[in-house]
Amino acid sequence: MADVNRGNRPLSPFMIGPYYRPQLTSISSIMVRISGLAVLGVSLLVVWWLVAAATSAEYFAMADAVLTSWFGDLVLFGATWALWYHTLGRLRHVIWDFGYGMDIKTAEKLGIGMFVGATILTIVTALVV
Amino acid sequence: MRYLTDRKRAQGLGSGGSGTQQHWQMMVRSIIMVVLVPLFVFTFGMGLGGTYEEVLAYFARPFPAIVMGLALVVGIYHLMCEAQEAIEDYVHGTKGKLTLVAVKAFAFTLIAASLFALVKLAL
Repeated sequence: MADVNRGNRPLSPFMIGPYYRPQLTSISSIMVRISGLAVLGVSLLVVWWLVAAATSAEYFAMADAVLTSWFGDLVLFGATWALWYHTLGRLRHVIWDFGYGMDIKTAEKLGIGMFVGATILTIVTALVV
Repeated sequence: MRYLTDRKRAQGLGSGGSGTQQHWQMMVRSIIMVVLVPLFVFTFGMGLGGTYEEVLAYFARPFPAIVMGLALVVGIYHLMCEAQEAIEDYVHGTKGKLTLVAVKAFAFTLIAASLFALVKLAL
């Protein structure tokens, strides 16, 4: 088939910007990516803390002071939410990949479920730990 | 007119170049992480906040050490692939390739460092 229109096709606009209003499906999806990248960043802190514990008592005291300070608590609390959210978001991708829940109503319900679920799991984590 | 099928012309033009296998592996790890993340969150949470001696003793036990090892290796590898997807989508050309190399180097360094720490704490 001859490709008569090569290079001159309309482009699909990016999901965030002036062309689409913010939707639950697009926002909950991009949050999965952002939360994943955030968790990758915070994992540096966890690994640093472990390496410090494996190095010496003085080094551990410094790393532990950072992680258990109010700021460290805040970062870890946020990272816990991001980790739970990302896990649920990826689980949603698995459910979609297996062919379930593709209609918009269910997808939006799953999106709300991810926000609520991550928040509940984070509070449970904070209470237990 | 070129004698190529539409499929052949489209193949490899996605932002990642290729990726069916990557996609399936992402699915597999996603399912694994649904089990590993709760184990990791509560295991690490229990370990954090103790004294130096308590932390040493805790991570020397097999269960916390193995959970931490699994979660950090599989987890950081998974997040590296997550970052790879984002880079392939938004950073292109030589800049994209170099960013990818940097992120992979960062992730594998984290994995190596965490394994070193866990082995040293356990032995």
